Amino acid sequence: MSVFLAEPGLKKGKGKKLLKNARIFDPESGYDQIGNLLIDGDKITDFGKIEASDAEIIDCEGKLLTPGLIDIQVHAREPGFEKKENLESVSRSAAAGGVTGIAVMPNTQPVTDNVATVEFIQRRAIKKSIVNVHIYASITKNMEGKELSEIGMLKEAGVVGFTDDGLPLANPFVMRNALTYATEFDALIAQHAEDLQLSNGGCINEGIVSSRLGVPGIPNASEAVMVERDLQLLRLVQNQTGKGRYHVLHVSTKEALDAIRRAKAEGLNVTCEAAPHHFTLTEEAVGDYKTFAKVNPPLRDEESRKAIYDGICDGTIDAIATDHAPHDEESKRLPLADAAFGIVGLETMLPLALALYHNGDIDLRALLAKMTYQPANIIGVAAGRIKKGAKADLTLIDLDKKWKIKPENFHSKSKNSPFEDFPVQGRAIKTFVGGRLVYSV
Amino acid sequence: MKHLLSIADLSPKEIEEILDRANHHRDVNRHSNKKQAVLAGRTLINLFVENSTRTITSFELAGKRLGADVITMQADSSSLRKGETLIDTAMTLNAMHPDFIVVRHQASGAVKLLADKVNCSVINAGDGCHEHPTQALLDAVTIRNAKGKLKGLEIAICGDILHSRVARSNIILLTKMGAKVRVIAPPTLMPNKEFLTSQGVKVFTDMEAGVKNVDIIMMLRLQKERMRGSYLPSPREYYKYYGLNAEKLALAKDDAKVMHPGPINRGVEIASDIADDIHRSIILEQVEMGVAVRQAILENLG
Repeated sequence: MSVFLAEPGLKKGKGKKLLKNARIFDPESGYDQIGNLLIDGDKITDFGKIEASDAEIIDCEGKLLTPGLIDIQVHAREPGFEKKENLESVSRSAAAGGVTGIAVMPNTQPVTDNVATVEFIQRRAIKKSIVNVHIYASITKNMEGKELSEIGMLKEAGVVGFTDDGLPLANPFVMRNALTYATEFDALIAQHAEDLQLSNGGCINEGIVSSRLGVPGIPNASEAVMVERDLQLLRLVQNQTGKGRYHVLHVSTKEALDAIRRAKAEGLNVTCEAAPHHFTLTEEAVGDYKTFAKVNPPLRDEESRKAIYDGICDGTIDAIATDHAPHDEESKRLPLADAAFGIVGLETMLPLALALYHNGDIDLRALLAKMTYQPANIIGVAAGRIKKGAKADLTLIDLDKKWKIKPENFHSKSKNSPFEDFPVQGRAIKTFVGGRLVYSV
Repeated sequence: MKHLLSIADLSPKEIEEILDRANHHRDVNRHSNKKQAVLAGRTLINLFVENSTRTITSFELAGKRLGADVITMQADSSSLRKGETLIDTAMTLNAMHPDFIVVRHQASGAVKLLADKVNCSVINAGDGCHEHPTQALLDAVTIRNAKGKLKGLEIAICGDILHSRVARSNIILLTKMGAKVRVIAPPTLMPNKEFLTSQGVKVFTDMEAGVKNVDIIMMLRLQKERMRGSYLPSPREYYKYYGLNAEKLALAKDDAKVMHPGPINRGVEIASDIADDIHRSIILEQVEMGVAVRQAILENLG
């Protein structure tokens, strides 16, 4: 199996390309027709029953052509932890997963809490990345939970959202002020919802498995109390300012999801995302101290896994995001309690998500919406759509291909995945970013 | 009128009288002999539990120029630092038969608490985040002198509205006199909107929208001493979005004037060149009228 990956760097496509005989599928509009799509430079110029005599022809063999997938939670590890991943390797991993846009998290070193670091990442992305890079900054300086970051200036510099990442913003007064201050700049405040004091050093889900293994657990309530608290604060801010935006990162429990569902029904401006491992696996995956299944929030019990699965299908969950968290072997080859949290996800997002479609539990349009325009809307970027004049970020998908996940073949620098030999169906076979073919298999 | 605790205590007519008399005192103050005998034999005690520069000085000068005996007590030198309660301090001072006690205190409502316990006139020289009525009066006369009127003027008050007693007193006074008041603040420093709209005030979080076509821009200092925790990211971000510079001033009327109750923080809420521009800034006129207005108030209460 020969794999093509483009040379490093964000470059515009050159000339005209006609993607022939594709099942062109746009989740936002519902467009779903066999036809041809014409790219000129970095833009989609036309699609449908069209021809072009002067274009390079790429035969899509009737496969599914969708807007490029967008993953709004990725740890690119640069600057600071380049041993685990960098903007070049993470972008190759993304492209191989059919992902054309990633939102990178601010737990870098230094923390992405200032315009200079944002501009550094932007420059490195232009030079090294083959997919679009969107940047999260921290809500508070150095993610210390005390002083607000320069939210206005960071937003102007191009930051798409704010989160204190794995150090959830614990102080409710600071969170209230962050939500309030952000309204002036229409800035997104996102939270890894966890009460660290309640988690108290837990390393996997609190339950049967943690008890059997004799390791400290993280209860569902750890997530739910933080979500419930933040929703109270969001209501306060919306009542006072008429505005406010709050996004729950990688929701993993039934209790938190129920709270989000109620808040949405009430009219609170809340969105949420879920990671494929949370709707695919349970705490049983930790088995006999398997550190590759150690992730935060942890893999939960079957009731919560089912709740997240159903939340995708019923629309409560707005986006699928991987929380791609690369770790070198040294960080994982440790006792369970000492090993790092995290799972790489970019190259397994699409096939794991497609399981819900193949199971007949969600239609393709609703499922792909959660990996295209809906996450784009959450972070406020104009992407995730097939339309004339839009940027030619596209993914060609073989829906039916059955295969087994092989982490050793990942293009990420890190291979920490609990999905070794996991059987899946469907995968990306070509990825276009800005009209340029960046991945092909 | 016995006390001046809030602008709400004054009718529009009383306000006009105080402003008119303030201009008289200003004229006298410009002469080499500034002494008047209106309050000869009276005793004025300045009790400043929270520190001050311009207010304490102007009350001292106002009392002395009207012939009163003036004693000034600052927090550091008073028995409050030795654990005496505010009410005990008030009763003690009261026993010395003063005619006026001028009080500044960091706690909202503290001046009223003291006023209820003494026989003399009490003047509120600023209580916490609540009111600063003499500042509002001196602002009003400064505006009236610059613009010839108060009624119908568009006046923007910009900055840390949440913690500002100056803003609260000015909102009451200026709306009472028929001016149209806007407040501009970052959302974290904005008081309850229903309260503000009930006062007839227009609310802005975007400064450029808020200063459009106004006659007066009144800048406020960030009251850091009243902030517990993080309301703003940094002084430079605050200056970028809420600092008054030439570009933002250009959005106001061509003849708009700039005010500030002081102390100013250059480069935080106001550009130096604007604070110093004698064609736009009337900050020093405010200071001049501060003494004159306080003379008018003492005269009125006396």
